[in-house]
Amino acid sequence: MKMSRFIFVGILFGLTLYKSEAVSWFRIYEMFNFQSFHMYGIILSAIAAGIIGVQIIKRNHLKSIEGEEIQFHDKDKTYPRYIIGGFIFGLGWALAGVCPGPMFILLGSGYTVLIVFLASAMLGTFVYGLLRKKLPH
Amino acid sequence: MVPQFLLDLKDWISQPWPWYVGGPMIAIIMFILLWFGREFGISANFRVMCAADGAGEFADFFKFDWSSQGWNLLVALGAMFGGYLASHYFIPNDGDMAHVSAATVASLQNLGMDYQVGHVPLVPEFYSWEALFSLQGILVIVVGGFLVGFGARYAGGCTSGHAISGISALQLPSMVAVVGFFMGGLVMIHFLYPLIFK
Repeated sequence: MKMSRFIFVGILFGLTLYKSEAVSWFRIYEMFNFQSFHMYGIILSAIAAGIIGVQIIKRNHLKSIEGEEIQFHDKDKTYPRYIIGGFIFGLGWALAGVCPGPMFILLGSGYTVLIVFLASAMLGTFVYGLLRKKLPH
Repeated sequence: MVPQFLLDLKDWISQPWPWYVGGPMIAIIMFILLWFGREFGISANFRVMCAADGAGEFADFFKFDWSSQGWNLLVALGAMFGGYLASHYFIPNDGDMAHVSAATVASLQNLGMDYQVGHVPLVPEFYSWEALFSLQGILVIVVGGFLVGFGARYAGGCTSGHAISGISALQLPSMVAVVGFFMGGLVMIHFLYPLIFK
């Protein structure tokens, strides 16, 4: 089945973030206290490898499995949404100690209460959708 | 009989992964998705799930072809399964611990969390249904979730979409968003935590 490949990518993602302790509330707390290089190491090495790989893809016009050239979409060049939205996301990330990826991963690990976090996050997304036209972007 | 090399591999996977394994693996996951013609971004699933539940009746933001985003829901489903496998079959020798620094353990003790070095669990006790009956648990799980969902969509992405995918593609807006993430996180930990946890 063609779609099942995405489940395998997800499994790899879940294993990686779980085993590197990036799913841990304590690791996020430690990061925002600047008390260990661990989380910075994860993020910075992911970005370093990511920048190199994206440059290789762009310069060689590499194609996806579907035969089309891999596209990168430029984000809108407006800034209030990234600073304000980012700030609000950061408040929640540090408070809950999980961002969306780890939330799904820990939900699967058996921390079923995170279904409440998921419902709240969907509500937050829904409220954003309602208010979107009134918010500065 | 299971071949010895498979048992060795399982042991190797089970130990805590250092940052220089975890980080590049995340980049590889992003590359696999690009190869599949998709873009890495987990929080987009919240919008997809809202749209699938009929939110399009209330806001145009949710009127889009969400069924074309089913692949991303499968990534999230896979992540759940990965978490299940990691926590049930790849448990390290000392159990699932967060190997945080001594300085962090001291800070936790200051917050009133009485952990010892080497004995900090991976997941805190307040990720429990009982905690929902305390103000602290409601703040962490309910308010935290709301802020993450609202902020991620307002900013147009979360840690995976901006910090990893966006900066890897040298997107200035993503760098600004990550600066926002850290400003929010620092304000929460340094100014609001002392009020919430005490």
